[in-house]
Amino acid sequence: MSLLTPRTNPSKLMQWAAPPLAILATLLTATVLFYALNKPPLQAFYVFFIEPLETENGWSELALKASPLILIAQGLALGFRARIYNIGAEGQLLMGAICASGVAIYTDGMDGDWILPLMVLAGAIGGGLWGALPAWLKTRFNAEETLTTLMLTYVAVQLLAWLVSGPWRDPGGSNFPQSIMFSEPALFNALFEGLRINSSVIITLLAVPLLWLFVKRSFLAYQLAVGGQAPSAARYAGFSAQRTVWISLVVSGVTAGIAGAAEAAGPVGQLTLSLSPGYGFAAIIVAWVGRLHPIGIVFSGLLMALIYIGGEAAQVSMQLPSAVSWLFQGMLLFFLLGADAFVDYRLKRRKPFVIKEAQA
Amino acid sequence: MLIPPPPNHPRPLPAGEPRLQLLNISKRYPGVLANDQVSLNVMPGEIHAVLGENGAGKSTLMKIIYGAVQADSGQIQWNGREVSIANPAVARELGIGMVFQHFQLFETLNVTENIALALPPDTDLKTLAVRVREVSEKYGLPLDPERLVHALSVGERQRVEIVRCLLQNPQLLILDEPTSVLTPQAVRKLFETLRKLASEGVSILYISHKLHEIQALCDRATVMRGGCVTGGANPRQESTASLARMMIGRDLPVCHAPVYAGEVKAALEIDSISRPKDDPFGVTLEDISLTVNSGEVVGIAGISGNGQAELLAALSGESTGRSDSVRIAGLPVGHLHAGQRRDRGLSFVPEERLGRGAVPSMSLTQNAMLTAHRQPGLSRFGLLDFKAARDFALRCIERFDVRCNGPQAAARSLSGGNLQKFIVGREIMQAPKVMIVAQPTWGVDVGAAATLRQTLLDLSREGVGVLVVSEELEELFEICDRIAVLAGGRLSAAMPRNETNAEQIGLLMAGQAAAASV
Amino acid sequence: MIEHLIPVLIGTLAAATPLIFAGLGELVTEKSGVINLGVEGMMLIGAVAGFGAALHWGLFAGFVAGALAGALAALPFALLTLSLGANQAASGLALTIFGSGLSAFVGQYLVSESLPGLQPWPIPGLSAIPVLGPIFFNQTVVVYLSYAAAIFVTWVLAKTRWGLVLRAVGESPEAAHTIGYPVTSIRYAAVCFGGAMAGIAGAYLSTVYTPLWVQNMTAGRGWIAVALVVFATWKPLRLLLGAYLFGGMTILQLHAQGLGVDLPSQLLSAIPYVATIVVLVLISRDRALLQLNLPASLGKPFIPGG
Repeated sequence: MSLLTPRTNPSKLMQWAAPPLAILATLLTATVLFYALNKPPLQAFYVFFIEPLETENGWSELALKASPLILIAQGLALGFRARIYNIGAEGQLLMGAICASGVAIYTDGMDGDWILPLMVLAGAIGGGLWGALPAWLKTRFNAEETLTTLMLTYVAVQLLAWLVSGPWRDPGGSNFPQSIMFSEPALFNALFEGLRINSSVIITLLAVPLLWLFVKRSFLAYQLAVGGQAPSAARYAGFSAQRTVWISLVVSGVTAGIAGAAEAAGPVGQLTLSLSPGYGFAAIIVAWVGRLHPIGIVFSGLLMALIYIGGEAAQVSMQLPSAVSWLFQGMLLFFLLGADAFVDYRLKRRKPFVIKEAQA
Repeated sequence: MLIPPPPNHPRPLPAGEPRLQLLNISKRYPGVLANDQVSLNVMPGEIHAVLGENGAGKSTLMKIIYGAVQADSGQIQWNGREVSIANPAVARELGIGMVFQHFQLFETLNVTENIALALPPDTDLKTLAVRVREVSEKYGLPLDPERLVHALSVGERQRVEIVRCLLQNPQLLILDEPTSVLTPQAVRKLFETLRKLASEGVSILYISHKLHEIQALCDRATVMRGGCVTGGANPRQESTASLARMMIGRDLPVCHAPVYAGEVKAALEIDSISRPKDDPFGVTLEDISLTVNSGEVVGIAGISGNGQAELLAALSGESTGRSDSVRIAGLPVGHLHAGQRRDRGLSFVPEERLGRGAVPSMSLTQNAMLTAHRQPGLSRFGLLDFKAARDFALRCIERFDVRCNGPQAAARSLSGGNLQKFIVGREIMQAPKVMIVAQPTWGVDVGAAATLRQTLLDLSREGVGVLVVSEELEELFEICDRIAVLAGGRLSAAMPRNETNAEQIGLLMAGQAAAASV
Repeated sequence: MIEHLIPVLIGTLAAATPLIFAGLGELVTEKSGVINLGVEGMMLIGAVAGFGAALHWGLFAGFVAGALAGALAALPFALLTLSLGANQAASGLALTIFGSGLSAFVGQYLVSESLPGLQPWPIPGLSAIPVLGPIFFNQTVVVYLSYAAAIFVTWVLAKTRWGLVLRAVGESPEAAHTIGYPVTSIRYAAVCFGGAMAGIAGAYLSTVYTPLWVQNMTAGRGWIAVALVVFATWKPLRLLLGAYLFGGMTILQLHAQGLGVDLPSQLLSAIPYVATIVVLVLISRDRALLQLNLPASLGKPFIPGG
């Protein structure tokens, strides 16, 4: 027995209402969870969502975390619209960070304005290549990109582990698996005195309107959307499926790679094992909750950053495990996908209707 | 004559209690009342036609009888007692079998397994295989129980469906548009089988929009229009015209084919295309050649699955080959892909409207862009002008009388006929040199079908070469100047319409198919 | 030489066992036309539930709890994709993220605990066969169960009515629905079976194989299991073969130094993942082979009308 019947036209209302509904449902579930754990929910919500925003530092941290999430999600959304599921942005981010760090490590001691741009470029190339590889495997050998992108993420993790514990380990770092701290020319400078927020945020700020224009108006984005919604129609119109794969994976690889470079040359300042707190995976949720829409992603990216920061705060002040943020992220995506069903379907009416009046 | 001759002696209508009686059945779908107070009765051993055009509510009614769909209100009586048919298993239990228009078969399972799925769970496959062979031979529907369904021809697949019903010893057999996939000769054989079944006391509900067939086969007809029963008749006592009036509420529209006075040049030349099948369920094309001239409509007859999809892909550019294997107005394009061929004057309307010819969830404006982006003003510097596309869609809607809620309506919200008018219109507005249309009126109501056919004829007389691939012989004889037959991946010579007939076309459809499958 | 290889091969079988359970479960799920990318998450939930239950009530309870938890974890996925028609790839991913969060959350109370594991139980007679005996028949009961599971799934799919109906539903849900099969319910069952098997695989990892609870301890095995199903072209016995290949790779990497391979351990750890890609490429390049074996409705939502 099914609960749903299809709508003739997609519901515009539900398209906009689904994310807030999903957020609401997540909060309700969280309330129940906090009760069960004997943590007062109101206090928990305060710690999660209000406290981080009470200080300048809190806003700075929010921007710092939202920036990579938004940047990566923009790239991913491009592919998701075309039904190309790159779920290995985490690996592409790490490769970006590795390549950028390579530049920083080998130019250590040098000076020049070219170092930082070169790092970002290296990050873009590293991430882009790590996205291009699955694109090649898909177009040439028909290998599922979901599996290959994810496997490559594990490979990137191992590569990172080897680099920071082997060739790139900081000789003065008492055997910790981490590189040297980058010097000044290899770091993004702080935007405000005393806050961690740095100029890498500008990259994201520039990317959003560009991608918005691209999605709204470009022929290429239209082709990607057609390819995602109706592959036969794309073939019929003569839009290249191969190009769709390449663009989706390379662009999302590049954005993730740049985000990785910005992490290494930003708040982290070196190459370490714990460089990314799962931004590549969280960005998948950001993309979805943001409706795969360039502006929507900005909001969902900020929300997800808040969950990150709140999770850290709750760990300290309420002894909640950090895994709680992953739990919320998973739930959020669950609820969103559920709410999304009502864009294209509506609940079936159980009540049999009355036969229409006799014909004239 | 497109129809098998009627039997010499119409059988008398059996008397007594009806086998099936429907009382005031109603069923509503979102936005449409599919069945409105429908009443109907079928006697034992009677061949009863349900006549109506596409969208009249016939299929919904049959699915209600078969339990695949539940009525919102109304009563079903079976052999005099009220029943509620909650699902197809209940229907089969009662003795109701159904042969679907779109075969409900599983390609990767063999014939026996397909049949077993509709029988009780304790069916033993080995004994079943033996029975399949017996029953299929008894009724002249030979089948190999071990073969996988994807290796069967369309006609053989229909036999699987029929044998599947027969093995359940049905008292009522429903056939939904069963002849759309058959040659005229195969239709005659099917009718023999059905008469034999009726003589054994099986009631038959025969769903069709083909008037000649109903006159040839049926004892009684119930006519539906717009979800309601509009009348009942003995089809043998009615003329085709009077049946048509009951069916569509007015006279059957006819097309006019004016004489083409312009210059005759080769618009589309197909030069010996041979192509091995690229997927295991496909068909190999063998040495296909054909020329379509400007100012004419050429038809390709044949049952889908005989290379139609492969040939259309080769022509549209979705698959490519030798550069001179396809020429448009003399220009070799065989090596070019679909978009490049469109740039050179090819337009194409595919068989699947939703999902191929149009993106279901996108608006008509967005769907206009699908092929019209190459029109001046619609795109510039890689950016699209959706305002211009909206104007384009509006013009298309007005010029081709597309009934919809304006250019922002989602493609999937349009009826089949209106969406087809939009797609055909969109393609015509590209000012093509060659227009290829697959199954132009498939699933379209009679009025829209006539409009579409006339539109294609008019287009050809403006000097465009029009190629129509269709399963409907009547349609091809109505609009084509020449007709060729595609069977088993081979194309016959194109014969002028007035030098051939349905009988000959039917033999080509069957003969070559048989030759190719050996 | 063979004496040195035998421990490697014994280890191979143990390492392959979770892949077999999880892979068979996913295979059945996919046969019904549903692709569940949440195997990793369900394994983790099974692992943590199994470990917790085994601590309190013993190993058997651990496996039961793992299976139950896995099946339960599959339910939200089933609800989303089967009843609400949600995107299967996204829903599976959500399940993996949710599962890793939930297991880490629950598992924080278990990190310092450990279990005794499970001793091998040589099958009398069979284990005495030279070479093959110690490899195949001097293993833990769970390993024997993995053989049984593969044979059982093969038999059900090929020879029983259940298997026939499952294959039919995966091939054409529309036709199955029209003939009168409850497609959605059948898919629910298949998805939950997949969850239960993934849960068992996770419980095996945490209660027998390691036997410890560590956050994200599955380390991509759930994803490898999904890849194995493709590699096996949806055939259970080929899946068994594939699992041994991967088990072997995992073990070899541990013995690599001893075998004279001089590569850093981190790079050796990457081998199973690289191998997954290689294997996937080898099998996927043959499109015709995939098309003949792939359940035709895989990944496409089906919401019955009417």
